[in-house]
Amino acid sequence: MALVSVKDLHKSFGELEVLKGIDLEIEAGEVVSIIGRSGSGKSTLLRCLNQLERHDWGTIVLADQRLDGTAMSPGELSRNVGMVFQSFNLFPHKTVVENVMLAPVVVKQTPRDEARRIAESVLAKVGMSEKVDAYPAQLSGGQQQRVAIARALAMNPKVLLCDEVTSALDPELVGEVLRVLEDLASEGMTLILVTHEMKFARDVSDRVVFMHQGRIHESGDPQTLFSQPRTPELSQFIASVL
Amino acid sequence: MTDFTLWDIVRNLLLAGRWTVVLSLIAFAGGALVGLVLTLLRMGGLKPIRWLIRLYVDLFQGTPLLMQLFLAYFGAAALGFDVSAWTAASVALTLFTSAFLCDIWRGCVEAVPSGQWQASRVLGLNYLQSMRHVILPQALRLAVPPTVGFSVQVIKGTALASVIGFVELTKAGTMLNNAAFAPFTIFALVALGYFILCYPLSRYARHLEKKLYGAGIR
Repeated sequence: MALVSVKDLHKSFGELEVLKGIDLEIEAGEVVSIIGRSGSGKSTLLRCLNQLERHDWGTIVLADQRLDGTAMSPGELSRNVGMVFQSFNLFPHKTVVENVMLAPVVVKQTPRDEARRIAESVLAKVGMSEKVDAYPAQLSGGQQQRVAIARALAMNPKVLLCDEVTSALDPELVGEVLRVLEDLASEGMTLILVTHEMKFARDVSDRVVFMHQGRIHESGDPQTLFSQPRTPELSQFIASVL
Repeated sequence: MTDFTLWDIVRNLLLAGRWTVVLSLIAFAGGALVGLVLTLLRMGGLKPIRWLIRLYVDLFQGTPLLMQLFLAYFGAAALGFDVSAWTAASVALTLFTSAFLCDIWRGCVEAVPSGQWQASRVLGLNYLQSMRHVILPQALRLAVPPTVGFSVQVIKGTALASVIGFVELTKAGTMLNNAAFAPFTIFALVALGYFILCYPLSRYARHLEKKLYGAGIR
C-alpha cells in the first residue's frame, strides 16, 4: 500500500474548479516534484493533503488512514504530515528553539527537556545549531526557511510537504535550503514539493508530476519527462521555464 | 471671591481629582474585563452572538457618551431603579470602554497574519492552543499601544460624568467657580489636572509604539 494515495480528488473555490479529478500514489521514501503554471492547482493539491483545504470529492488515504474532515484530528494529522510554506511562517515572538519545541510540547506533550533535545538535533540537521536562541527577525530568509523545515521535522512526520519553499528567497539563499532538502531526500524522507526549481526537480526527484488546468497532465521519471515531453503543454512549459 | 486663596482652589480640585482617577480606573478595569470576554466571544462564537456583539459595539461607538450617561442615570430612574451618580457613571463608562476595547482588540487579533494560523494548524495545534501560544501573544503586543492610548479617552470621558452630578474634577471646577468666580484660573487648573493625568499615558503609548515597531516584529 502506498504511503499517500489520492483518488479522484475534486476541489472548487466557488464556481472555479481547481482540481478536476486527481489520482496520485506516492510510496514511502519517494521524492515527488509537482510542477506547472500558476493556477494549475498544484498548491491546492498540496494543501488538500494536509487538509488546510477540504476537498469536495474523492479520497485521500495517508498511512492507511482516510483523511475526511473529522477522521483525523489536527494533532494526529501533524504526526503524519509536515508542511513548509513559501513565506516561512515562523512564530516571530518565539526564539528558534522555541519555534521548534512548541508543537512537540503542546501537541505531543513531550517533556520540555526531551523536546529541547529533539529540537537541537533537528536544528543541527539543518545547520542552525548556532542560532538556537535567535529570533526569526534576526535571521536571513534562507536561515528562517531552514528553521521552518526543522520545526516540521520535530514532529517526526512520515511525509513532508514543501510549498514553493524557495520562491520567497533571494537567489543566493536558495542553495542552502535545497541542500537541506537534498539531505532529507537521501536519508529516505518522503517529500512532496511544489517547485519552480526545475534543476532541483530534475536532479533530486524520483518522479515529476506536471499539472495543467486542474489535472495531472503528465508524470514520470524526471530524465524522460524533461528530455522527451509527450504533450505540447509540457514542452511549452519546459521551454518557458528553462 | 476674596475668601478663596489659590491654595483653596487647588486643594479642592485635588480632592475631587481623586474621584476622576477612581472612576477612570473602574471604567478601564471593568471595560477591559467586559471587552476581553466580548472579543473572545466575537472571534470564536456563533453567528448570532457575533452579530449581537457587533451591534453592541456599533451602538456604543455611534452614540455620544453624554447620551449614554443620561440614559444610564435618568433612564434607569425612569424605569424605577434608584441609581446613584456613582453607579450610573461607572456602568456607562464601563460599557463605553468595553465597546471600544473590543473593537481595538479584534483588530489586533485579525492583524496577526493568516500564515500564523496555518503554521499552527499544520503543526497540529487546535483552535485554543493556536490562540494561546501563537495568536494572542502576538495580538497582545500589537494591542498595548492603542489600549494605553485609549485610556486617555476614558480619563477625559469621565469629565462628562459631571453632568449627572458626579463630583469629579470638572464638576468641582464648576462648583468652585460658582463660589469664587475666577473662571480662567479655575478652568485652567482643571485642564492642567487632566493634562497631568493624560500626558504621561500618551507619552507611554508613543514609547510602546516605537518599541514595538522598532523591534521589527513583522
